Amino acid sequence: MTMSDLNLTKLIFGRLSLEAIPYQEPILIGTFAMVAIGGLAVLAAMFKFRLWGPLWRDWITSIDHKKIGIMYMVLGIIMLLRGFADALMMRAQQAMAFGDNPGFLPPHHYDQIFTAHGTIMIFFVAMPLVTGLMNYVVPLQIGARDVSFPFLNNFSFWMTTFGAMLTMVSLFVGEFGRTGWLAFPPLSGIAASPDVGVDYYIWSLQVAGVGTTLSGVNLIATIVKMRAPGMSMMKMPVFTWTALCTNALIVATFPILTVTLAMLSLDRLVGTNFFTNDLGGNPMLYVNLIWIWGHPEVYILILPVFGVFSEITSTFSGKRLFGYTSMVYATVVITVLSYLVWLHHFFTMGSGASVNSFFGITTMIISIPTGAKIFNWLFTMYKGRVRFDVPMMWTVGFMLTFVIGGMTGVMLAVPPADFVLHNSLFLIAHFHNVIIGGVVFGLFAGMNYWFPKAFGFKLNEFWGKVSFWCWLIGFWVAFTPLYIMGFMGVTRRMNHFDDPSLQIYFIIAAIGALIIAGGIGAFLLQIALSIKDRAKLRDVTGDPWNGRTLEWATSSPPPDYNFAFTPVVYDNDSWADMKANKYQRPTGGFVDIHMPKNTGAGFVISALAFAVGFTMIWQMWLPAVLSFVAMIAAIITHTFNYKRDYYIKADEVARTEEAHTRLLESHV
Amino acid sequence: MFPIFCNVHYRMIPPIVRRGLFLAPLLWLAGCNTVVLNPSGDIAAQQAHLVVVSTLLMLLIIVPVMFLICLFAWRYRKSNTAAEYKPDWDHSTKLELLIWGAPLLIIIVLGLITWIYTHLLDPYRPLSRLDETRAVAPGVKPLEVEVVSMDWKWMFIYPEQGIATVNELVTPVDVPIRFKMTSSTVMNAFYIPALAGMVYTMPTMETQLNAVMNKVGVYDGFSANYSGAGFSDMKFKYHGVSQADFDAWVAKIKAGGQGSNGVLTRAQFAQLDKPTIKHPIMHFERVEPELYDRVLNRCVAEGTTCANEQMHQDAERIKAAAAIKDAQKDVCVPNVAATAQPTRKE
Repeated sequence: MTMSDLNLTKLIFGRLSLEAIPYQEPILIGTFAMVAIGGLAVLAAMFKFRLWGPLWRDWITSIDHKKIGIMYMVLGIIMLLRGFADALMMRAQQAMAFGDNPGFLPPHHYDQIFTAHGTIMIFFVAMPLVTGLMNYVVPLQIGARDVSFPFLNNFSFWMTTFGAMLTMVSLFVGEFGRTGWLAFPPLSGIAASPDVGVDYYIWSLQVAGVGTTLSGVNLIATIVKMRAPGMSMMKMPVFTWTALCTNALIVATFPILTVTLAMLSLDRLVGTNFFTNDLGGNPMLYVNLIWIWGHPEVYILILPVFGVFSEITSTFSGKRLFGYTSMVYATVVITVLSYLVWLHHFFTMGSGASVNSFFGITTMIISIPTGAKIFNWLFTMYKGRVRFDVPMMWTVGFMLTFVIGGMTGVMLAVPPADFVLHNSLFLIAHFHNVIIGGVVFGLFAGMNYWFPKAFGFKLNEFWGKVSFWCWLIGFWVAFTPLYIMGFMGVTRRMNHFDDPSLQIYFIIAAIGALIIAGGIGAFLLQIALSIKDRAKLRDVTGDPWNGRTLEWATSSPPPDYNFAFTPVVYDNDSWADMKANKYQRPTGGFVDIHMPKNTGAGFVISALAFAVGFTMIWQMWLPAVLSFVAMIAAIITHTFNYKRDYYIKADEVARTEEAHTRLLESHV
Repeated sequence: MFPIFCNVHYRMIPPIVRRGLFLAPLLWLAGCNTVVLNPSGDIAAQQAHLVVVSTLLMLLIIVPVMFLICLFAWRYRKSNTAAEYKPDWDHSTKLELLIWGAPLLIIIVLGLITWIYTHLLDPYRPLSRLDETRAVAPGVKPLEVEVVSMDWKWMFIYPEQGIATVNELVTPVDVPIRFKMTSSTVMNAFYIPALAGMVYTMPTMETQLNAVMNKVGVYDGFSANYSGAGFSDMKFKYHGVSQADFDAWVAKIKAGGQGSNGVLTRAQFAQLDKPTIKHPIMHFERVEPELYDRVLNRCVAEGTTCANEQMHQDAERIKAAAAIKDAQKDVCVPNVAATAQPTRKE
């Protein structure tokens, strides 16, 4: 290369130019205007109320698992709004684009929307919400002060967040993938998708994937090493068990995703041929690899909410969980089997009959432990005293909805049946049935259940119920037409339709989506009203539901150190056991508590990882090298930070505990 | 029109459903314009049958469970103090056996059905029957159709007839068809719901589908796997016609004349391979020999080596190299071994 070939502008800006701003798209410009105005308002408020300092000190740099858990939940809820806006646009497009009417979204835009919807809902809604719950609850449930690696926890959160931000940036700078949420090559290869969309997809997931993997390592170490004395594996709360299995799945599968996407990246960037049509590449290799990650991924999402439902059913039935041991074994069996079923996602790609039967039957076998779980919740209610607070309503709604989703799943597991239903709207209805009816219902149940623990006041009951009914009814209105259209042979990801008789089904589905939107609105209102009425909804006991596990043994919200003295465990319902045996809270003899110290390193490193991702997407080689070097430098610098801990003095512990004692007395 | 009332076709519904009238919604589905449950080809019909059978098997357990969920939720509500309350009851070996055993039994039955029918309905398996009552007569050769999915249209080559079409498929009814499929660009899925379940078309790979159409008619065919901007319009009409009509149709295309698009050559194919949306129907009176194999092996362009040939050459080269190494071993190894033999010191 001679000096004249070295184009400095190209080296700095790569493919990025003003043309990357989609100013000709009115929808995007409108969105951008709203985001900009909203963002400016938030910024102004931050300055006016001098919130930058507290935000940095108490949240961004916080390594407290409780605060990180809450930030994960906030991230998940914000991204839910984005992902759901995509859903509404798709429903609107399909409800109007019939015959001569092309709808309001051309394929170029529509195809980005369904890709972004899937990617965001799985990676940046479901994953952060599930991880957030685990982060918040697991250390409290096992009587620990924090997770094993508190800094890593903060770093994981910020990597996930900056991954999400990369996806969001693609809205206004460039475009997102037009490939579907798993980006199968050859469609996602450089020949069919030369633009930055797939690169945004890859780098968002690569950055967030680091966070997810590390958070998996962290929680496994926490659960294995930091349980309170007496808490043997078979005395762990079921939610902690499911969290352990989920994180084992994360650690075992996310590296596969990372490597697969790295290979796709190499194909696109440097001309390797792992997944190309030519030079010995094979796209089916990608399809296998991505589903070897992708199938366990759905269990990563559903297992923790199975744990949530177990806790809630037992608590609100006022009864020990039926069949604890079989529940644990069912969870472990599902964990193992989830690796042996991936091929059921592509029965139709020409595998032989024996291969297809094998994977079909392993898939059906998973329904046995899952069915056992449903029965266990059922018999937990049996001879109980069931209180229908909001979390329990979500649970019963889940049980009734999820069994249908399970049934349609087993139908799809029969290969010859899958041949006629694969990629149809039946499939779409099925996986929304298990993901909304399972994961989302579980997350709402969990948020309503643990909110008073996190903030010290209960959530507004009326709006909670409104939200529940909107979601339940909205789900069935939105997806029953899709089940039916699956039987009519209507396929997914269509931009417009010819057959006018289908329109009514899509209109009904769109109405269902609007009802769900009402459910989301009611949930936001529920939070806002609860904050307003927090004095009235205050829980001073720390145990508003008559809970059974250790997180209810401490105050709400718990002090930084969670427990002044580490509790000793004798039973799997340890808090219920403590209450039954007239447990006395210690009120004296406090000692200094060793705590980890906040650090901004996680935020800084993740922000630099974002810069690396963004510059790589646009092939801005010079800034890419610089931000990569800066990121490595930040990591090395952090290793020289020796001021990583501090002590909460015994008298401060005493003061905090004394305040809690006074609160408890005020209640009695 | 919202199809609330329509005729129920009983042929597809097993006797067990006919008795179980409480499953009205399912009957309704089976009867309306739900082509998947009420198709016109034998393979699709058997697949639909399996959908119904597996649903019924699972309903055996789903319905009681849903009933019990509602019953227990109501019966053991907090305000019903008359109901028994046993807060510490958390185990029953008999119940545990039941809750693991009952689903296990159902899965064993469903697993057996799956194993048998996955093999019987394997798309690669040559057909043995035309429909429930008629077997394929011995010696009947299936009609071969070579399918190529392109950006964003379908090409059908009839190797025995020597003709080809774009975005139109015609076959005689009650004649077994063997589709051999590939793609010239990205992945698609070849799906005619009335005929048989879908199978993917993938570049450099061939998949197969054996099926038969039993009723004369015009049916929808399309790609069932998203493949880019023109995907939504990547559809065609499939005509199931009588043998005589099919022969006449073939003869007309072979004769060329008005409306014919001439001969499908490699150059013509390369032209067609450019991405188009809503591509018009085309008929080719003659097809350059082995065009499909060239598409499959990605050597349509002049002067390119076919993938299978390349792989064959590579294999030969590796074999030859290995043979040379082996030959060297034969010469040298015994000598080396002899000289390397350690001498024993007495």
